[in-house]
Amino acid sequence: MVNQLVIENLKHRPVRTGLSILAIAFSVTLVLTIVGLSDGMLEESRDRARGAGADIVFRSPTASFGTGGGSAPLNQKLVPFLETQPHITMAAGVLIHSLQFPNSLHGIDLERSSRMAGGLRFIDGGPFQQESDIIVDEYYAREKKLKVGSKVALLNRDWTVRGIVESGKLGRMFVQLPVLQDLTSNPGRITQIYLKVDQPSNIAAVVADLKAKQPDYGVNTMEEVLSFFSADKIPQLGIFINVIVGISVAIGFVFVFLSMYTAVLERTREIGILKALGASPGFIVGILLRESLLLAFLGAITGIAFSFGTRYLFLAMIPASMQQKISPEWWPKALLIAMAGALLGTLYPGLKAAKQDAIEALSYD
Amino acid sequence: MTEQMVEIKGLTKLYRQGDVEVSALRGVDLQIAKGEFVAIVGPSGSGKSTLFNILGGLTPPTAGTVRLAGRDLLALSEGERTNLRKKTVGFVFQKYNLLPTLTAKENIDIARYIAGVNGETDAQFQETLKFLGLSSRLNHKPRAMSGGEQQRVAIARAIVNHPALLLADEPTGNLDTENSSLVLDLLRDLNRRLHQTIVMITHNPEAAAYADRIVHMRDGRIEPQPALL
Repeated sequence: MVNQLVIENLKHRPVRTGLSILAIAFSVTLVLTIVGLSDGMLEESRDRARGAGADIVFRSPTASFGTGGGSAPLNQKLVPFLETQPHITMAAGVLIHSLQFPNSLHGIDLERSSRMAGGLRFIDGGPFQQESDIIVDEYYAREKKLKVGSKVALLNRDWTVRGIVESGKLGRMFVQLPVLQDLTSNPGRITQIYLKVDQPSNIAAVVADLKAKQPDYGVNTMEEVLSFFSADKIPQLGIFINVIVGISVAIGFVFVFLSMYTAVLERTREIGILKALGASPGFIVGILLRESLLLAFLGAITGIAFSFGTRYLFLAMIPASMQQKISPEWWPKALLIAMAGALLGTLYPGLKAAKQDAIEALSYD
Repeated sequence: MTEQMVEIKGLTKLYRQGDVEVSALRGVDLQIAKGEFVAIVGPSGSGKSTLFNILGGLTPPTAGTVRLAGRDLLALSEGERTNLRKKTVGFVFQKYNLLPTLTAKENIDIARYIAGVNGETDAQFQETLKFLGLSSRLNHKPRAMSGGEQQRVAIARAIVNHPALLLADEPTGNLDTENSSLVLDLLRDLNRRLHQTIVMITHNPEAAAYADRIVHMRDGRIEPQPALL
């Protein structure tokens, strides 16, 4: 019976109900999109690092494992040296030059890098032919609407797209290593070196050996590197997400507060009627709470549906820059966030309704 | 000996309006027997609405004795007065006061729900619904019903929990002559068929004439009955 009253009350004011649901949905979508973006971009970076096909990453101890680089602290002569070390079957140096976030340009030895990664798979076009050639992945090509033969302006230079490869290996844009070294005034310098080991069981021993021989460098297994691509390892990201959650609760609170406050004002006489029928203050508050929780639930469901929409938009419009992951583990949290905002927003209007004098309420026009 | 449904002695009610204390009832004495249909008439400000609100447990008395179905209303807490409204008293208002979002049936059902009554309505109430002429209108919302129909739904809601006392405040105030007669006939029939005790407040002498007894109020007091010749 009460549920019927709650549903009918919400149906009675469809515009206000719809707006409240949309507002809650907006806050839920905001949270799910931000979380989905952070998870998606980290996951995508992790997949690309894994896609390098290396077992060990050799780098400067101060270098970060972000999506880009920007510095070239290593001497390229380390590559042949490392290849002579026991159990190391292949080494490939890469120069990573940061561009506009989150993209970076990778200077590679195409033959080596491709061999290590199990081969870059060309969707269209092929390997470098000229110094001004660039190879891009499918996401970057789609975002920038590039085809083989298209021109791309990067680092004050026009590049010709020579090939489009499947995404998920190393980076999104590749040029020849010497060309990038020359352009960035880093002749003979690289950002990091990927190492391939003969047997997985030898990885730990090789890492230990390299650390002993080259104590001034960072040597990590690929598994260690991949573990850095996690939200837990980026404290600022956690703070950022918490701020977004707080904003979402606030948005939900404000809209539900306004919705319930006007509902209580509009329904003054109805509240009086219920009181005349013997409804307790708890009963009145209960109706409002159920209404707001139903709004929160519908808002959360709508917000979850919208998050699929934002994912589609990112994928369709800027697949190379933003990757949103659908994170079902956040759905219950999003529902709780919506409900927290709704319950806070109902608190004052609910108490106002509960305290309403029945006689005054019944004479309200 | 006649069983009394309402016993009022020396009832006073003071209101505070800003810094001024207003005396709405000034020592009211009144007895209403079980099964009696009483009309309370009087001009605006005579205190009849205050008496209605006190009898309905909507506001507490200031002093005096008010016994309703054997319970002393002066001693009741806010929660106990809420409970009184659930089952002991039924209200019929001038403006019908139906919940606009619910159908006629749901408006009746919610009174039962609040009173903690579950299941189907009893045979006597089903009979009453037919008698009220509502059987075919139960699934309509108030906006789709005439004033007379809405008031009949309000009466059905008021008696669904078999209250000891039915309070009606200007029940015909918003109705045309035909519907007024219909509603008043229904109230009188309820009183006669079900022995429902009814207290009706009205300005209208024609409506008051339907009652067994008319009580006149003026300036917060009950006026003495004119001596019978």
